[in-house]
Amino acid sequence: MAVIEAERVAVEARPWWRRAWENLRSASGALLFMSPATLLVVVFFFIPVVLIIGISMTNMSTATGFQNWKWVYLENYRRILKHPNTLQVLRNTLMYVALTLAFFNVGMALVIALITTHIPRRAGLLYRALWLLPRLTPSVVYVMMWKYMAADAPYGIINRHILQPLGLATTNLLPIYPWVFVILVNGFIGASFGMVIFTSAIESIPREYLMAALVDGCTPWQRIRHVILPLIRWPLLFVTTYQTLSLLTSFEQILLLTEGQFGTMVWSLWAYERALSNYWGNFQWGFGAALATVLVLIGIVMAVVYMRYFQFEALIQEPKIETL
Amino acid sequence: MEVHLEHLTKRWGKVVAVDDLNLEIRSGEFVALLGPSGCGKTTTLLMIAGIYKPTSGYIRFDGRVVNKVPPKDRNVGMVFQSYALYPHMTVYENLTFPLKLKKVPEEEQRRKARRIAEMMGIGHLLDRYPAQLSGGQQQRVALGRALIKEPALLLFDEPLSNLDARLRLTMRAEIKRLQMELGITSIYVTHDQVEAMTLADRIAVMREGRLQAFATPEELYERPRTLFVAGFIGNPPMNFTQVEVIQQDGQYLAVNPDMRLAVDPDRGSRAAGRGRVIMGIRPEHITLARDGEPAHLEAEVYLVEPLGRDDLINARVGKETHLHFLADPALKLRIGDRVRLRVDTSRVQFFDPETEQSLLWS
Ligand SMILES: Nc1ncnc2c1ncn2[C@@H]1O[C@H](COP(=O)(O)OP(=O)(O)O)[C@@H](O)[C@H]1O
Ligand SMILES: [Mg+2]
Repeated sequence: MAVIEAERVAVEARPWWRRAWENLRSASGALLFMSPATLLVVVFFFIPVVLIIGISMTNMSTATGFQNWKWVYLENYRRILKHPNTLQVLRNTLMYVALTLAFFNVGMALVIALITTHIPRRAGLLYRALWLLPRLTPSVVYVMMWKYMAADAPYGIINRHILQPLGLATTNLLPIYPWVFVILVNGFIGASFGMVIFTSAIESIPREYLMAALVDGCTPWQRIRHVILPLIRWPLLFVTTYQTLSLLTSFEQILLLTEGQFGTMVWSLWAYERALSNYWGNFQWGFGAALATVLVLIGIVMAVVYMRYFQFEALIQEPKIETL
Repeated sequence: MEVHLEHLTKRWGKVVAVDDLNLEIRSGEFVALLGPSGCGKTTTLLMIAGIYKPTSGYIRFDGRVVNKVPPKDRNVGMVFQSYALYPHMTVYENLTFPLKLKKVPEEEQRRKARRIAEMMGIGHLLDRYPAQLSGGQQQRVALGRALIKEPALLLFDEPLSNLDARLRLTMRAEIKRLQMELGITSIYVTHDQVEAMTLADRIAVMREGRLQAFATPEELYERPRTLFVAGFIGNPPMNFTQVEVIQQDGQYLAVNPDMRLAVDPDRGSRAAGRGRVIMGIRPEHITLARDGEPAHLEAEVYLVEPLGRDDLINARVGKETHLHFLADPALKLRIGDRVRLRVDTSRVQFFDPETEQSLLWS
């Protein structure tokens, strides 16, 4: 008894720095295990982001070189706000992300996953394999295919083999329906990611839930709505967030397809063009970096909104065992 | 509701899960499907529920073939081994889910949920999620969800096997009481013969997809038709020894190198003159001979397993015949003790070692 009493007094008598040090020591195991991942995140994310934010506050460009640049602080951001293209590009970006996401990267992915898990397994596998093809094809080849699809007769597939035989006027379809092609090109690539995630999520739902739903009186559609979708809420959140961020920052297909012409300029392509491929030869690294920073901010805001919307906290259950 | 299974068969590729099953279940009857793991019990149940399509054969509800009727139109309630409560719904939502799907008015849903919750003793849990319930509570919710739509047929798939031993006893009694009160035709799958014996009006014993026997618990216990049934029903399991039954001085003797046991002439006569047969004696039909009482067999205690109320004694007769029986722990039998045994020879069983069919009941 006396020993325990003495120990208690000792605990209370310890100075704050002693206690802080001991807390740190008791957490050292966890910190140790987290360190490799933390290191990677710091080296490949935080340092570049800090650099980009730094550069975005300078006037660095080909003209200034790496020697003669100056701090301009928020000048680049002010320029973005005042830029005549800003609003249009922002609108384009949001439309491109929202439509591609809704129709393909989440929507189509979910539809494919649901269909292929409700048909015989082998047929489902085959069908899903087809949807992986666009992802496996090198982008340049893939986008070239689409360009041929849209091109005017006699090369264009749609014109030559569908419109012409029907006696309709032929023309290059790309400038007429630029967004349709931008969304299709990106969507056919993007759907496979969600498809794979959703399929495995659906297949890992315990079979007894699915059977119970049928016995309880569900039609297949009611089972999807009341049981399957709620049980894959977490993968849905994950794919939606991940694909939003990925679409926000991807421009490679648009670059290859339209180079931002026909009103298809999106934010990331704008940043790329300003910073790295300006045809006047003046790469505006400072301004491009500011554009990129704004994109990161938009991404973070979207991610937070999604987590709110899907009630992310409710998805994470309190672990039953707190400490060992 | 009457349930008839006719030549019911289910194959998965080459695996025959259920093989030509014929069963007639009467209205209001409580039938147990009993058999070791993997013998096709769950498959049978899921075919009755409409989840699996039979490869061949028919399922009739009240005479009507329902092979093609989807589960939702079969009016069946089912309790799963894992309970299968939807984790994203509260207890109330789980309970009323079948009603919601039937578009029952909210007010009626609430009334029925309240009644069922009261019946199952889960009224205070309605706002909780399944993860916040104990196993026994989840079990009650699952049972409530199966009952709330007032099904014509209740299906249970090993509903008690995830519960601890004490809770299992309580829930077993509760299921029995409920079924008797409600009178709903029930099919109860289990691999536990005690559960089957205590709950069921009749037990269908299955083995490797085939029906071995379909009879009342007493019938299966007293008159097992196959070696498998005899060994599967009863706890601790029946003792089996190879013997030859011979007739001598107007007596029938079951003989092997270790023992000579005079058996009941009614039974002995059917096994006599067949060469080697398998004799079965239930542990509860072997007792210790009291002082002065004549013994049938002399044996040596080989192992003692305390079961609490009884000691399960493994006794060796002669060189290699082992017999299990129950003894009063107060006797403090020890390994190596000599014991004198009496056998209720009017209840021994005989089986053909080739066909494994009973020589007494066929
Ligand atoms: N969906 C399935 N696909 C293939 N084989 C199955 C399937 N379900 C059950 N089986 C096989 O059928 C046999 C019977 O299984 P089951 O009915 O689950 O047995 P029990 O419920 O009696 O333990 C087993 O050999 C099992 O491997
Ligand atoms: Mg089973």
